[in-house]
Amino acid sequence: MEDGDRLHVVTADHISDQRRRLGKTLVWGSAALMALIMALQTLDGIGTLSIGFENWRPSLYAYLFWSTCLCVSQVLIRGEHGKRTLFVLPAALFVISMVVFPLLFGLVIAFSDWNLSSPDGRQFNGIDNLRQMAGDPFYWNAMRNMVWYTVAIVVEYAIAFGLALLLNGQIRARKFFRVAFLLPLMLSPVAVSWMIGKSMLEIRFGPISRFMRYIASEPSPDLAAPLFWIGSYISDFGQWLGWASPSFFGSAGVARAMIMMMDAWTFIPFMMIMILAGLQAIPRELFEAAEVDGASKWRQFWEVTFPLMLPVSITAILIRIIFKLKLADIIINITSGGPGGATDSVTSFIFREYRDRSNVGYGTLLAIVYLVVIVIAMTILMKLADRWMKPRY
Amino acid sequence: MSDQIFKDSESDRKFRPVWYFSRALVYGVLLLWTIVCLFPIFWTATTAFKTAPDVMQGNILPWVDFQPAWLGWRSLGLSPDTIGNESTVRAEFLKRFWNSTIIAVSASLLAVILGSCAAYGLSRFSFKFGFMRNSDISFFFLSQLILPPVVLALPFLVLYKSLDLLDTRIGLILLYTLTVLPIVIWIMRDQFSSIPTELEEAALVDGLSIWGAFTTIVMPIALPGMVAAFILSLVLTWNEYFFAALLTSSNSTTLPVMVASQTGSQGISWWSMAALSFAAILPLIVIGIILERYIIKGMAAGAVK
Repeated sequence: MEDGDRLHVVTADHISDQRRRLGKTLVWGSAALMALIMALQTLDGIGTLSIGFENWRPSLYAYLFWSTCLCVSQVLIRGEHGKRTLFVLPAALFVISMVVFPLLFGLVIAFSDWNLSSPDGRQFNGIDNLRQMAGDPFYWNAMRNMVWYTVAIVVEYAIAFGLALLLNGQIRARKFFRVAFLLPLMLSPVAVSWMIGKSMLEIRFGPISRFMRYIASEPSPDLAAPLFWIGSYISDFGQWLGWASPSFFGSAGVARAMIMMMDAWTFIPFMMIMILAGLQAIPRELFEAAEVDGASKWRQFWEVTFPLMLPVSITAILIRIIFKLKLADIIINITSGGPGGATDSVTSFIFREYRDRSNVGYGTLLAIVYLVVIVIAMTILMKLADRWMKPRY
Repeated sequence: MSDQIFKDSESDRKFRPVWYFSRALVYGVLLLWTIVCLFPIFWTATTAFKTAPDVMQGNILPWVDFQPAWLGWRSLGLSPDTIGNESTVRAEFLKRFWNSTIIAVSASLLAVILGSCAAYGLSRFSFKFGFMRNSDISFFFLSQLILPPVVLALPFLVLYKSLDLLDTRIGLILLYTLTVLPIVIWIMRDQFSSIPTELEEAALVDGLSIWGAFTTIVMPIALPGMVAAFILSLVLTWNEYFFAALLTSSNSTTLPVMVASQTGSQGISWWSMAALSFAAILPLIVIGIILERYIIKGMAAGAVK
């Protein structure tokens, strides 16, 4: 439109008044139709009219019709510029209708007492839900858990960085390792929670608990003396770790660590690939220069690689945090928040709040408070990241 | 033989063991992580062929520790001897599989179409919707990524109920499109900004309209990026559980919901659960192995500026 276009095109549009009028009629006509249908449905819903709509589909169709008319009229009214708007408009309309409306609607729900299983329907109850939230220890516990889960990203990042460095080094069968390392990312969290959480971590005959018991068991006395000594040291160590009778989801700390590990298992490849892409973009000359200057590998990493990787690292970590904040599937399927809410994430807690009590109003309030906390935290993080990303010369 | 003139210096010869040691360490770590990555998949694949005593004894290697049996696949109706017969479990499984396929593919397609157009528009023209300029619009799209699904879940539950969209495929498709759209826009914006505008300018001079230039000139060039975005969306939507568990009940349930609902019911028959889980993850494993290049390309987009 203005000089700002990267693709600057001069077009000669002659749009007749008639065409412009047609476009305007189309938009306002369809808007009026939509308003009419919605009004009719609202009146029908209150009970003033008795048309007997089965559902709100007519309003939906009217909205779709209006959106289409809006897009068409853009071209009619504004010609070539309208065609450009058409690139962004459908996606914008889609996101607005799928996010903004439900969010506004959610705000209404959040301040009402609405239990889907009770016959009373929705009742506005002011800040009662807020008061209930303030006194809900399980919600704050879930929030605290989210902090722990987020902190675990540091370890994931270190492992991912290490693996990316290995993959970026001179190794054979690079493609095989890359595919193998990528595969966990492709698996659905639900399948992972069964495969690992329920099957491999099974206490009696899961392979991991079996291995742990094997480590902690006394070595066979037939072994040669030195092997026997080593074996008994290992077994003492295993017993000291409590591996003789492994339990994964019994105590709070261990259960939380297990959830962290399973989530890390699926998402480490994601960070690894982003970091790998960053590593491959570093020009070789920098390392050669460092080599000539006599820097050791260790110094090279801290003085060249790591600082150059800072922007990529921060992007990867931010995206990872965003995904981490959605963590729920594994928890819902393995522990359902247990033992005693120790592994609950906010999402899984609200999921159960709805599943067990159909408490839509309270659940929505919790979710919206969570969203507000996330937005504030992410804004602060992004501001800080912006400052860190500035190269220091 | 004459004497060797050039000899490795003392320091170089000392260097060799260190080199071998570091190589061994590197490959050791790589192999260890490969086992960490692949063992759960291997375990699931083999457990699907085990019988009860094999599971109890923790046998691991097929043909060495135990003889593979079709037990797990028979309970799904997918073993060679039951594949010809009627099977309600198989019908159920195939229905879920088909639901997952339709929902994942159409949501990803829709997201790629909407997202590519938006990303192209944003990378080429400057818009002004009210107070929002290009960077604001981009941020508006990308910020949807932060939105946790749980915020939308309950409002959508109520909305879909009144729109009669609960337990329909189209309802899930729309939601899934929304969740992957920011990722698609992110990848595609990166793609389009790397394509020189001179190409379109030439096409426009030759008389193509802007949409003609987009579909015939730009899209073929950006196709690898679109494939990458499509596959990433496919992975995310195929695996999605949260919305599917909340918004579907019987008609349009997807595979993850089926897997989750089988856990714990009727005791646990390990072999059939393993077969089911393996069948659920197999398509993506195949995609991952074949199209690994595109997935990596997609994820690397935006990481490197």
